[in-house]
Amino acid sequence: MIDGFVALYIFMLAAFTGHEIIARVPVILHTPLMSGSNFVHGIVLVGAMIALGHASTPFEIGLGFVAVLLGAGNAAGGYVVTERMLEMFKPSAGKPGDKA
Amino acid sequence: MSWLPTLVQACYFLAALLFILGLKRMSSPRTARGGIVWAGVGMLVAVLATFALPDMQNRGLILAAVLIGVAAAWWSGRRVAMTAMPQMVALYNGMGGGAAAGIGAAELVAHVQRATVAVPDTYPLRPENWVTEALHQVPAVAPLSPVALGLGVLGALIGAVSFSGSLVAFAKLQGWMDRRFVFPGQRVVNLLVLLLAVVHGVMLAAGHLELPVILAFFVLSLLFGLLMTLPIGGADMPVVISLYNAFTGLAVAFEGYVLGNEAMIIAGMVVGAAGTLLTQLMAKAMNRSLGNVLFGSFGAAAGGAAQEIAGAQKPIEAADAAVMMAYAERVAIVPGYGMAVAQAQHKVWEFAKLLIERGVKVKFAIHPVAGRMPGHMNVLLAEAGVPYDLIEDMDDINPEFPNTDVVLVIGANDVVNPMAKTDPTSPIYGMPILDVAAAKHVIVVKRGKGTGFAGIENALFYADNTRMLYGDGQAAAGQLVSELKALDS
Repeated sequence: MIDGFVALYIFMLAAFTGHEIIARVPVILHTPLMSGSNFVHGIVLVGAMIALGHASTPFEIGLGFVAVLLGAGNAAGGYVVTERMLEMFKPSAGKPGDKA
Repeated sequence: MSWLPTLVQACYFLAALLFILGLKRMSSPRTARGGIVWAGVGMLVAVLATFALPDMQNRGLILAAVLIGVAAAWWSGRRVAMTAMPQMVALYNGMGGGAAAGIGAAELVAHVQRATVAVPDTYPLRPENWVTEALHQVPAVAPLSPVALGLGVLGALIGAVSFSGSLVAFAKLQGWMDRRFVFPGQRVVNLLVLLLAVVHGVMLAAGHLELPVILAFFVLSLLFGLLMTLPIGGADMPVVISLYNAFTGLAVAFEGYVLGNEAMIIAGMVVGAAGTLLTQLMAKAMNRSLGNVLFGSFGAAAGGAAQEIAGAQKPIEAADAAVMMAYAERVAIVPGYGMAVAQAQHKVWEFAKLLIERGVKVKFAIHPVAGRMPGHMNVLLAEAGVPYDLIEDMDDINPEFPNTDVVLVIGANDVVNPMAKTDPTSPIYGMPILDVAAAKHVIVVKRGKGTGFAGIENALFYADNTRMLYGDGQAAAGQLVSELKALDS
């Protein structure tokens, strides 16, 4: 288990990281990026697996099973949708530079 | 096997690193396509590592649930049309919120204090007897620390709100729920439900871990998500989906703390912060505060005096429109949700290519909230093969409109409505718009004379330099293409 203050530092630094990543993003990428971050919180699947792995009563197992189902849906669906969106971003031949 | 937990930790570390690098790559058009693959590899590593955790039971069930969930989501995500992407994001986001709430529920139920506190008979919700029975057979679990308990409850609340709220957003965008659901005293009721949910959450966090309280807590949280989203109009859904995306991220981070899983904390928190910022950017693009989106009930004031606009809509034939643009020097194309609905992006690009071949300078002007999500139009135009250096943001193209000969508005309405600047009583007053009325000529492709998504009259359609080309976006673009080809033959 993580110590209270270490966790607080992790929370803080991760929040700044997320803020920095988004801060200078061209509008063109807002939808794919929202979809991409939707995929990243699919990591909830790992937590759901742990919850189901530690469940012992039928009720807890039921809850865990539903959580894993939903988490797997979040991860897989988020990936497919984001990939399909980004597949379409073909840089034009003339100007390969970024456009804000 | 003492190295195994260390290996799993290393895998989680790698996953967190890949998520951050992947998101970073996704924030630039050139590297974006690689970014999702990086994040995907991170997810795969983390999930495989979790299977390898030593003290896991129910492995068969876990595998079954993962396979079913992945297969269903993969299949639905593959076959859905590009126009339906916003609601799919809402749906998958809701699933993530539900999973976070489920983790919270499982943790809370596992820590229910047995035989210490009796449930009072007066309590309205009695637990199911079989659940209580089952609990007595379980060996005691180490109690959660107060911080873990508090964060677990908070994560469950946020996750549950995100779950039910995202599902409503999905249903609305899918067209299963057309009307906004408004009743008198709605805000008071919503506030009361939230307050009750928080009270139950505080009871849980204070150590009153009883099944009826847990049950009531989740019912109230889910109900609040539902009630909070119902009155919000479809035009505001992008902002709401983005907000729930951030919510789910936070919920995942908090549940990650309860489970002691750093990958969840980092990934969840990064998404929570990024999603919050993205939500603010979107709300700002509509010149509205987040509070206004959530509690403003768009259009509630518009029921009064109907706005009368002098003049009439002046129609134009496709042939004349094609000639106008063929002999123009500069043409700007403004796509909106109507183009998405009509799947007209390929025809529009075909038309634009013909114009470019004739030497016309063509640009696409995208309003930040055109369509149902910021960047929605960019995605559709990219699908059709439009190079992204022909696509201009609102701030870049607005000064160019006075030098533009013809603006072709296709399926956009509110984002080009000049009343946002001129009419203080308009519900969209103050929203930055594409200033197309400043161009020499405007051609609006529109299905009929009705008002747009927000139900607001548009003065642009009655302006002297505006001509209306009635028809479905796809059909109108097709006519323009054939008329243009006919010019050369």
